[in-house]
Amino acid sequence: MGALMVIFSLQPKQRNKRTDSVEDELELSAVRHRPEGLEQLEAQTRFTRKELQVLYRGFKNECPSGVVNEDTFKDIYSQFFPQGDASTYAHFLFNAFDTDHNGSVSFEDFVMGLSILLRGSVQEKLNWAFNLYDINKDGYITKEEMLDIMKAIYDMMGKCTYPILKEEAPRQHVEIFFQKMDKNKDGVVTIDEFIDCCQNDENIMRSMQLFENVI
Amino acid sequence: MAAGVAAWLPFARAAAIGWMPVANCPMPVAPRDHGKRQDELIILNVSGRRFQTWRTTLDRYPDTLLGSSEKEFFYNEETKEYFFDRDPDAFRSILNFYRTGKLHYPRHECISAYDEELAFFGIIPEIIGDCCYEEYKDRKRENAERLMDDQEENKDNKLPNMNFRETMWRAFENPHTSTMALVFYYVTGFFIAISVITNVVETVPCGSTPNQKDVPCGERYTVAFFCMDTACVMIFTVEYLMRLFAAPSRYRFMRSVMSIIDVVAILPYYIGLVMTNNEDVSGAFVTLRVFRVFRIFKFSRHSQGLRILGYTLKSCASELGFLLFSLTMAIIIFATVMFYAEKGSSSSKFTSIPASFWYTIVTMTTLGYGDMVPKTIAGKIFGSICSLSGVLVIALPVPVIVSNFSRIYHQNQRADKRRAQKKARLARIRVVKTGMSSAFLHNKRNGLFNELLELPCSEEVEQHLSKTASLLESQHHHLLHCLEKTTAHEFVDEQLYEQNCREGAVQSYPSCSPSLSSQEGPTGTCCTHQARKNPLPDASVPPTCQGALQELSAVHIQCSDQPALSTSRSSLNMKLDDTSRLNCKSGLITTAIISIPTPPAVSPEGDSQPLTSPSMQTIASSNAVKVSTL
Repeated sequence: MGALMVIFSLQPKQRNKRTDSVEDELELSAVRHRPEGLEQLEAQTRFTRKELQVLYRGFKNECPSGVVNEDTFKDIYSQFFPQGDASTYAHFLFNAFDTDHNGSVSFEDFVMGLSILLRGSVQEKLNWAFNLYDINKDGYITKEEMLDIMKAIYDMMGKCTYPILKEEAPRQHVEIFFQKMDKNKDGVVTIDEFIDCCQNDENIMRSMQLFENVI
Repeated sequence: MAAGVAAWLPFARAAAIGWMPVANCPMPVAPRDHGKRQDELIILNVSGRRFQTWRTTLDRYPDTLLGSSEKEFFYNEETKEYFFDRDPDAFRSILNFYRTGKLHYPRHECISAYDEELAFFGIIPEIIGDCCYEEYKDRKRENAERLMDDQEENKDNKLPNMNFRETMWRAFENPHTSTMALVFYYVTGFFIAISVITNVVETVPCGSTPNQKDVPCGERYTVAFFCMDTACVMIFTVEYLMRLFAAPSRYRFMRSVMSIIDVVAILPYYIGLVMTNNEDVSGAFVTLRVFRVFRIFKFSRHSQGLRILGYTLKSCASELGFLLFSLTMAIIIFATVMFYAEKGSSSSKFTSIPASFWYTIVTMTTLGYGDMVPKTIAGKIFGSICSLSGVLVIALPVPVIVSNFSRIYHQNQRADKRRAQKKARLARIRVVKTGMSSAFLHNKRNGLFNELLELPCSEEVEQHLSKTASLLESQHHHLLHCLEKTTAHEFVDEQLYEQNCREGAVQSYPSCSPSLSSQEGPTGTCCTHQARKNPLPDASVPPTCQGALQELSAVHIQCSDQPALSTSRSSLNMKLDDTSRLNCKSGLITTAIISIPTPPAVSPEGDSQPLTSPSMQTIASSNAVKVSTL
């Protein structure tokens, strides 16, 4: 009987904790975001009105609240790569799109990013790519940052590949990259080295034009 | 691919620009968007109610009626709309599926009507969202059970091809199948009752003979009772043997609870037969007779309720165990206290703690026989505390157990349901996922030829191939293809991967050997490897091609690559008119091959570091070399 009484006395504390979490949930779900007007977006990006409309419809369908948080982003991106794990790369992508670093990607961020990727000049695209690789945004790509990115990309391949994915494959790939890009061999790649090198590489130049007509 | 994310495919493709600087291979050509259609409104007239939606909304699911060209059959030229003669209410949820990507089951809808609608529009029910899936499955199961009941009523006529054994077993399991079974059922029930009554009456004092005290009937009418017992046991034995004979799986039958009860019920008699003469074990023999009471459990075959009770007790075992444990704790505590309280008083019945157990149990269950009573004041105080707490300790857990038991019972049912559903759903999702990746792998093989045909002639073949994959799919595959090129590895399916692992051949091929890529266009040798792993056993290489391809394979051996024999076989996928083009290009193949040796000297052989070549050939010259990739 004493044990029963002890058990009952413990219950009230848990109930208080539960009510707190309910209030927290109420706060979070109240976050809604409405994008700027169509005209402003038209002016800021290189999309036409119709294209913006199509983009927004798709965006709002998947994210009715108007913003994408990182988990939804990872979810969506992972659906395109069923064989591997796309969450790490999606994390880096998210940081690249979330230009104001507030933890969520609004429609403006989304459309600005897309405008650069699809309608921007080669310089802008390379700038964007550099920004993606530079994880801590300090203006230099170090080998560790590149290794993280490379591992994330290789993770998307998953396990069942041909030839069989070895542990050192990302590292080797990073070595090649640095050999190519790091002109002064100081162990980091700056934006100028990067853009210079890419502009001299026909392969890369050609593939940058690949996705021109995606929308 | 889910509908919602189809809208994000352009974003995923744009983000692929992030891979470009990292990739060392050239990227594949993007699929052409044939005739960019302006997004237009489609009117769907369902029995008079007009629904409107964008064409792209419907295109999200190309394998359903509305998403494919099948809807053209329903197109009405005069009114420029698609007319469906179906239920407009059910159509709402179907159209919402296209819009939101989630299929909901409207609860007011009849399950079979809804199923028919889904089947008509080509939507599989497994994609019903989590919110509605349980409800849908419950209704479906009820419906199925109802159908099965209907069927069983018709099925009770004897199936023609059942042999005697199966008939008997069915008769045993279901007494309502035939009159004989029913008779048998009642006869055995009757004899069980007789046997139990006999056991009971045996012990009743049956009137006294003048010079003796009351004797139980059993001893007075020994012969009669013995005959009765024998008859019953014989019936039970015959029944058991018949069941054993008819059982489809004898081993399983012998292990089942009911048969164990049967055996335990008839065994004492036989043991008694064997042992009557031995006086020493007659005591044990008497105990054995107790087991005859187990015959009452044979009634559980006749009573559904008994079976359910037994099952629920079994499933509630942990709760009962807890009750027992807490009672034991309380008993020990109070017994100890009472013992020490009553230690002082003289002539106390509380001689030891175990002796106090009896007092505690009797008091806590509020029986209060009065054979053991505390005499000291302390003892009386603790005794009253004991009886008060007894009420609580017994009364509290019992409803908890009862409600626990009912909750657990229902929970188990729901959990089993969910588990069964979950396995099926996960399997379905896995199938879709592997379908997606195998669709990609399948398309890769076709894709080779797609790219090949893009350049020169045969528009018809190209159109045919592009029709087989929707634009969305081809764009998605192109995206995956780009990823392959970036990482210089390829997707393979599970089987091939395990095969490779088993062969232990961790071959570090430059899946994009620099030499050939320098000569070739965007597709490069990266394609060679795709073709390489598709050996088509029923292939026979056209003789004209063999020469060129064998030269290619020879060179591959030089570069420590796998012999590309399977490569040549895969060329069989091509239609015959294409093979002729192979022939004419073979001359160019040889030239391409000759210039190979230089790059391998630069790069260490057999390593996995593809080098980009400084000079890239334009696409124009890639015509010839594309052929060589086959």
